[in-house]
Amino acid sequence: MSSTEPLVRIASLTKAYESHVVLKGIDLEVKVGEKLSLIGPSGSGKTTLLRCINHLERPTGGHVFIDGQPIGVKRRNDAYVPMTSTELARMRASIGMVFQRFNLFPHLTAIQNVMIGQVKVLKRPRAEAHDVAMGLLRKVGIGEKADSFPDKLSGGQQQRVAIARALAMHPKLMLFDEATSALDPELVGEVLSVMRQLAAEGMTMIIVTHEMRFAESVSDQVVFMADGEIVEKGPPQQIFRAPQMERTRAFLRAIHDH
Amino acid sequence: MTDAASLSRLAALLPDILRTLLWGAGATLMLTAASFALAATLGFVLALMRRSDWLPVRAVARAYLELFRNVPILTQLFILYFGLARIGITLPATVAAILGFGLNGAAILSEVFRSSINAVDRGQHEAALAIGMTPGRSFRSIILPQAFPIALPSTGSFLIGLLKDTSLASAAAVPELAFRARMLVSETYLTTEIYLTVAVIYLFLSLPIARFVRWAERRSVPHRAT
Repeated sequence: MSSTEPLVRIASLTKAYESHVVLKGIDLEVKVGEKLSLIGPSGSGKTTLLRCINHLERPTGGHVFIDGQPIGVKRRNDAYVPMTSTELARMRASIGMVFQRFNLFPHLTAIQNVMIGQVKVLKRPRAEAHDVAMGLLRKVGIGEKADSFPDKLSGGQQQRVAIARALAMHPKLMLFDEATSALDPELVGEVLSVMRQLAAEGMTMIIVTHEMRFAESVSDQVVFMADGEIVEKGPPQQIFRAPQMERTRAFLRAIHDH
Repeated sequence: MTDAASLSRLAALLPDILRTLLWGAGATLMLTAASFALAATLGFVLALMRRSDWLPVRAVARAYLELFRNVPILTQLFILYFGLARIGITLPATVAAILGFGLNGAAILSEVFRSSINAVDRGQHEAALAIGMTPGRSFRSIILPQAFPIALPSTGSFLIGLLKDTSLASAAAVPELAFRARMLVSETYLTTEIYLTVAVIYLFLSLPIARFVRWAERRSVPHRAT
């Protein structure tokens, strides 16, 4: 990777469902080690944008480049053609994603959840995968729950297992899709502190969140989106303390009011 | 005939009757097992076809379903047994019955399998893709293991229904339990005794299946076991 090429480059990205346009031409760059928060009202397109980054959502136009490589498509002659599912899977393996609803595999224990990707995708020997998984579960503070099934874990514990599951693939980028929105208020802190720890270790992170204080303290860059567009982006001090755009101000006012 | 005379006659005939009926029960089990194997295999293929991205594949599976689901099984058996014979394809009665029950059951099980697969939360597939699984790997390692326990109760009911429905094959002279019973009745006129015995045999065949299905269901859902 050249030093000038950002880890993630989003270029003229659009997404529409039938006639409903969700993303209207997004351009964005994220450098290695950078933490970027996406904020904005629901329906602003931030989750769709995040899902386009690992191609869970297929863009209508434009591209997402990871390490300079377009995801989901490849160049053939002068045109872009869809990647094979194997090629796409290989790219996704290096991008961790944490979902709002955890999406742990309910038929597997916590440690098996963290092992399955290593064993089936990375083809790591089971013993090694087990050690890696155990280390990660300890790191997120739930080593003692390794053999519990997800339905025996609290939401906060499930989300921490989900983070460990993503980390087990040694991702170069982590995507968080409202990782704390489905949690009871008293469980939000334990997940945020794991995310904070990851940030401190230098992980590149793109975070869709409604936790403004967290976004302000952890981000290098904050993007405010509304109606499928980037309204304003900048360092957290600017977005939260001195927003330039009226829509950003209105959004932040509405949040602080309740 | 006095009661005493009828009892002694029954006692004399009983070993023969039981032997004949147990042979029939064996044939019933064999017919059920073979039909179920065909129905489950073909049903799974049809369920996969219904999920295909390719419209013609989906359409074929759909047409198959409607054709076999909406024609009575007895009619299908007669067509396979007598109808095919008229155009020169003579199938042994047992083979025709296995085909009939298997092809018909495939339609029913394809719906069971398809709905069980669809019942697995969409987020499961996305989470599997997100850790780098291909769609095929996600289907095998994540979706199927969760769809399996969902499909079990309906599949079990189908299997018990199939066991009983195989008695319809007696109409095509397949020497299974119901057919043997009818032959015995026409020889001995012990209608009540024979059909009571037949009822008990069917019960003894299907109850273990029901137990097995419940056991398999418990085993396959470890995270809900307490």
